[in-house]
Amino acid sequence: MQQAIFTKKLSRIYKLRGGKKTEPKELIALKDVDLEVKQGELFGLLGPNGAGKTTLIKILTTLLAPSSGEAWVAGHNLSTDPDRVRPLINMVSGGESSGYGLLTVRENLWMFAQFYGIPSQVANQRIKDLLEVVGLGDRLNTKSSDLSTGLRQKMNIVRGFLTDPEVLFLDEPTLGLDVGASRDVRRFIRSWVDQNEGKTLLLTTHYMVEADELCDRVAIINNGQVLACDTPARLKRDLQKDAIFRMEVSPLNGAGAGVFERLSGVRKVTHEAKDGSSTLEFILAEEDALGAVVNTMTQQDIHILNLQKREPTLEDVFVSLTGKSMAEVEKSGD
Amino acid sequence: MATDTGVLTRRAIKVTGWRLFIMTVIGRSYPRVVGLLRERSWFFFDIFLPVLGVSSYVFVYRAIQAPEVYVGFVVMGGAMTAFWLNVLWSMGSQLYWEKESGNLGLYIMAPNSLMAILLGMALGGLFATLQRALVITIIGMLVFGVDFQVTSYLQLFAVFSLTMVALYGMGMMTSSIFLLLGREAWHISNLAQEPIYLASGFYFPLRSLNFWVAAGASIVPLSLGLDAMRQLVFPAGSFPPFLAVPTEIGILAVLSVVFLAGAKLLLDKMERLAIAEGRLTESRR
Ligand SMILES: Nc1ncnc2c1ncn2[C@@H]1O[C@H](COP(=O)(O)OP(=O)(O)OP(=O)(O)O)[C@@H](O)[C@H]1O
Ligand SMILES: [Mg+2]
Repeated sequence: MQQAIFTKKLSRIYKLRGGKKTEPKELIALKDVDLEVKQGELFGLLGPNGAGKTTLIKILTTLLAPSSGEAWVAGHNLSTDPDRVRPLINMVSGGESSGYGLLTVRENLWMFAQFYGIPSQVANQRIKDLLEVVGLGDRLNTKSSDLSTGLRQKMNIVRGFLTDPEVLFLDEPTLGLDVGASRDVRRFIRSWVDQNEGKTLLLTTHYMVEADELCDRVAIINNGQVLACDTPARLKRDLQKDAIFRMEVSPLNGAGAGVFERLSGVRKVTHEAKDGSSTLEFILAEEDALGAVVNTMTQQDIHILNLQKREPTLEDVFVSLTGKSMAEVEKSGD
Repeated sequence: MATDTGVLTRRAIKVTGWRLFIMTVIGRSYPRVVGLLRERSWFFFDIFLPVLGVSSYVFVYRAIQAPEVYVGFVVMGGAMTAFWLNVLWSMGSQLYWEKESGNLGLYIMAPNSLMAILLGMALGGLFATLQRALVITIIGMLVFGVDFQVTSYLQLFAVFSLTMVALYGMGMMTSSIFLLLGREAWHISNLAQEPIYLASGFYFPLRSLNFWVAAGASIVPLSLGLDAMRQLVFPAGSFPPFLAVPTEIGILAVLSVVFLAGAKLLLDKMERLAIAEGRLTESRR
């Protein structure tokens, strides 16, 4: 099967301007990314804020040149043949404010269809049908400035599918959507890929569940590097033999989670403090190690408020790869 | 949400080449044209204010008992001001706003030519402004009793068209420059507005300026265009022309080519820079 997206040692360095003398002048946003997305796949890029997801999407949609490395999309080289790639792709970013507020939903979408050479009659029919599918059928003639965030986002997503792309890129498609709308959008994305053999969709997300439940394969990306890439099931499989416990305890009060990490059998611990309690998550090599953990807690006078064993998630995969939870990475970043 | 089969699998026909170019131009001009119909506030700013400006000049000219033809001058200048303001505010800074709203990236990513996008903006703006200019002219004619005596409609049309091509060509060119300059653009627009009123002879014959000032002002195609058009609608000898009409037509033609070529060149440069540096397609800095 042909690859829809293929990258070879793709890197991107941003020059930073105007900072203080002591601050770094460059930022490595992507580092030697090798990625292979098969035709027909629904592929997810999962990573915390600043991981480099948008940077990668921009490169793959011809909007940004890589600092080094090469990439192919829909069979064409991005740096030598961007004009062949462009008719075959489209991209939608979560929370974008594209189009013109004074135009109606239909007019905005029609305008973008013109830029792809879709005759008005065809475009209008597609717009009507697609809006119907996302539940926006009654908003055809609403001014787009009058749409709520969620409805607007649905309109943007329709823009992506409207031009019948071979490879579609969605950057955080469910950003800012409520539970119901997110579910609608996910279902729509899934059925588009399922019903269109050979069409490929790459999305970025920092929602674990989204990557887990929606995507055929997921690449976990952090600090500009792809740390792992596989089906969600196989990514989690390595952790299956581990035991994962989630514990709510009385505040750790200074004593960090470090004491637990030193215990034998404890692979990773993450710690999140809330007012009045701390939540600890343990990835244990085997269940027996829990005894040592509980003993240590007793010694430190920490009370266990709640204890749960649970199945591994992609979040745990991320933790076991980086040693930190996504939330911790995002907090420690700038 | 229904996931009805059929809708999602239907293929879209797409045209390419010059047909895509035309469709892009029409697509991008559309918001400008309907904007005219939907935004009622333009009437105040784009009709009332210029008419007010025109009136004050008319009163001054009448007070100093200037020849009556000067009143016609002023009305014509007022009408053409509409184009100048449109180019300055809606062409020059447009790419910058497109960047801010996230459209610029989508325009670059689409399989069209950016030139078609700019052309669409220009044509849409031109069409919308044409109506304003006509309204100003008609009001001027009715209120101040201006009488135009057109010697050659053909030449008048040619001069007007050429002036518009050159003027909007200039707007297309400056839009890339403004984009590269970022926020500064706004200040430049502000700075450019008033001196141009003075230098390009909106309200008096270009010739009344020092020859070299007038020559300098001719970079702005409106100056020459206005001078030529005035020669064509007011009796010969009623005011001192700057240059002969054919000469002015020649210069306008050259300016048109230069500005349009410049626009294309700068646009390509802008796109290359945007892709290399990755900052022109986003609003964060
Ligand atoms: N134009 C730019 N100039 C300089 N640095 C940039 C630029 N764009 C992105 N960066 C930096 O590059 C890194 C990666 O950014 P990117 O937007 O790709 O992350 P992301 O994974 O999409 O994050 P998020 O989840 O917040 O959208 C970040 O540290 C960001 O600050
Ligand atoms: Mg991003």
